[in-house]
Amino acid sequence: MRRRGRTLLLHAALSALALATFFPLAWMFSVSLMPQGEASAIPPALVPSRPTLEHFRALFLRLDLGRAFLNSALIAGAVTALSVFLNALAGWALAKLRFPGRRRLFSWLLASMVVPGQVAMLPLFLLLRSLGLVNTMAGVVVPAAASLFGIFLIRQYALSIPDELLEAARVDGAGEFRIWWSVALPLCRPALVTLALFTFVGTWSDFMWPLVVLTDESKYTLPVALASLVGEHARDVELMMAGSVLTVLPVLVLFLALQRHYIAGITMGSVKE
Amino acid sequence: MRAEARREALSGWLFVAPALAVLAVFFVGPVAAGFLLGLTDVDLYALGGVGAWRFVGLRNYGRLLADPIFWQALRNTFFFVLVGGPLTMAAALGAALLLDAKATRLKGLFRTVLFAPVVTTLVAVATVWRFLYNPRAGPLNLFLSFVGLGPVNWLGDAQWAMPSLVLMAVWKNFGYGMVLFIAGLQAIPESLHEAARIDGAGAWTRFRRITLPMLRPTLLFVGVITTIGYFQLFAEPYVMTGGTGGPNNATLSVALLMYKQGFRFWDMGAGAAIAFLLFLVILGASTLQVRLQKGSDA
Repeated sequence: MRRRGRTLLLHAALSALALATFFPLAWMFSVSLMPQGEASAIPPALVPSRPTLEHFRALFLRLDLGRAFLNSALIAGAVTALSVFLNALAGWALAKLRFPGRRRLFSWLLASMVVPGQVAMLPLFLLLRSLGLVNTMAGVVVPAAASLFGIFLIRQYALSIPDELLEAARVDGAGEFRIWWSVALPLCRPALVTLALFTFVGTWSDFMWPLVVLTDESKYTLPVALASLVGEHARDVELMMAGSVLTVLPVLVLFLALQRHYIAGITMGSVKE
Repeated sequence: MRAEARREALSGWLFVAPALAVLAVFFVGPVAAGFLLGLTDVDLYALGGVGAWRFVGLRNYGRLLADPIFWQALRNTFFFVLVGGPLTMAAALGAALLLDAKATRLKGLFRTVLFAPVVTTLVAVATVWRFLYNPRAGPLNLFLSFVGLGPVNWLGDAQWAMPSLVLMAVWKNFGYGMVLFIAGLQAIPESLHEAARIDGAGAWTRFRRITLPMLRPTLLFVGVITTIGYFQLFAEPYVMTGGTGGPNNATLSVALLMYKQGFRFWDMGAGAAIAFLLFLVILGASTLQVRLQKGSDA
């Protein structure tokens, strides 16, 4: 009997926590479908009296957020493709190819992870300016084409692959690139999916750097466009919630579809040498 | 055989070269340049090129350390780290313990819901919270009035603005630590708990004597990652206060100050100096955490 009471308490606590965690997102969805003014009426509504898509229509037709959506998708897609490719090459070599200086190189890369990105930002801006990349998509994509975390993640995973598989390919006379392409990549697939997912979600949500580099409204990514809209339409709750839904939904859906890989990646990234 | 080893070494360097080139040009180089930039007075009018950089020694640092706004930003950031960090860790550990309990049903569903805020876009959820915090019609004050409290002027009151950012950050981030703690809890051998139970240890004693010590490495990792992330506080105050860090600089963070100095006022020397100080603070804090952990192991 005491045990049942405890189990009940446990689930009550979990449900309360889950409800509190879920509420802001549920509220966002609900308000995004409300007719204008309903969320800030006294007393405010929690559920739309008659659901409408007018705010989404306004975002696309009047405020050109469709373009920001496209910019975000293009930038996140390009960064993901490029950086998964480069990180997979480097991570594999650091795990499986013997070359002089490998150990030292790896410990340097590891140590660099404590340097916050902001330290590089101002000079990077000046550099991109002299290259003519300020206010271009390339200005967001190129600096993100490789990442310390990505290299680290692939290396950790590749270490667990037995050498015998590579030796067999080497005996068959395959070159290292060929081995990487047709043996390493398929074997590292779980790590690659995880890295791609992390990179896409991270780039999609990134704010500070796109805010700095993209000066033209037509180049804005969704978070930058949303942040600037909030400044102008601070009173228009329903419209802003529609904008938030538009920004959050793609990554949330991606996460729900590939949850297993996402969670595995978090624990993978924390594995210590 | 030696030819083969040489071939492998060459391939190795060719494999890492593209990623290294990107990191060298767009990260390591700029970090080094950032240090130098902090020693110059480069501003909007001297953007011409490296030739126009004028060396001013530590003047930027002197100016910053004499500026009450910088100290305010540093205080705000430390508040966010020192209050938000432990709260996030506690929420993460609490949620992990609840989820890991043997009797818990629907673990997958609960985990998904509790983790969801982690993958959301910060700017979007900061926008949501900005309206949740609305003092007049926001749901949070509505809820408080139901239980007979409030109203609180969350983001408008200098006393409450920073705690409001902390509350949102805990909501957004605790799922990350939770997932790591669950993995850590599952790695603790059941036999340890079993043995302690036979010795008559209660739940609280077992938590303190077995769970916490066994979770040490995970606690350190989550602690360091959370600290590093929280020190870089930027988007929350930017979105929730319209880019000002208000009211009255109450939510001005070091990173936001750096952004304003460097990219709004184009005082790049000062901006770079702020960024470098932030780096030193983060380096110091992570070193301290690792040291403390090592110290308590001995």
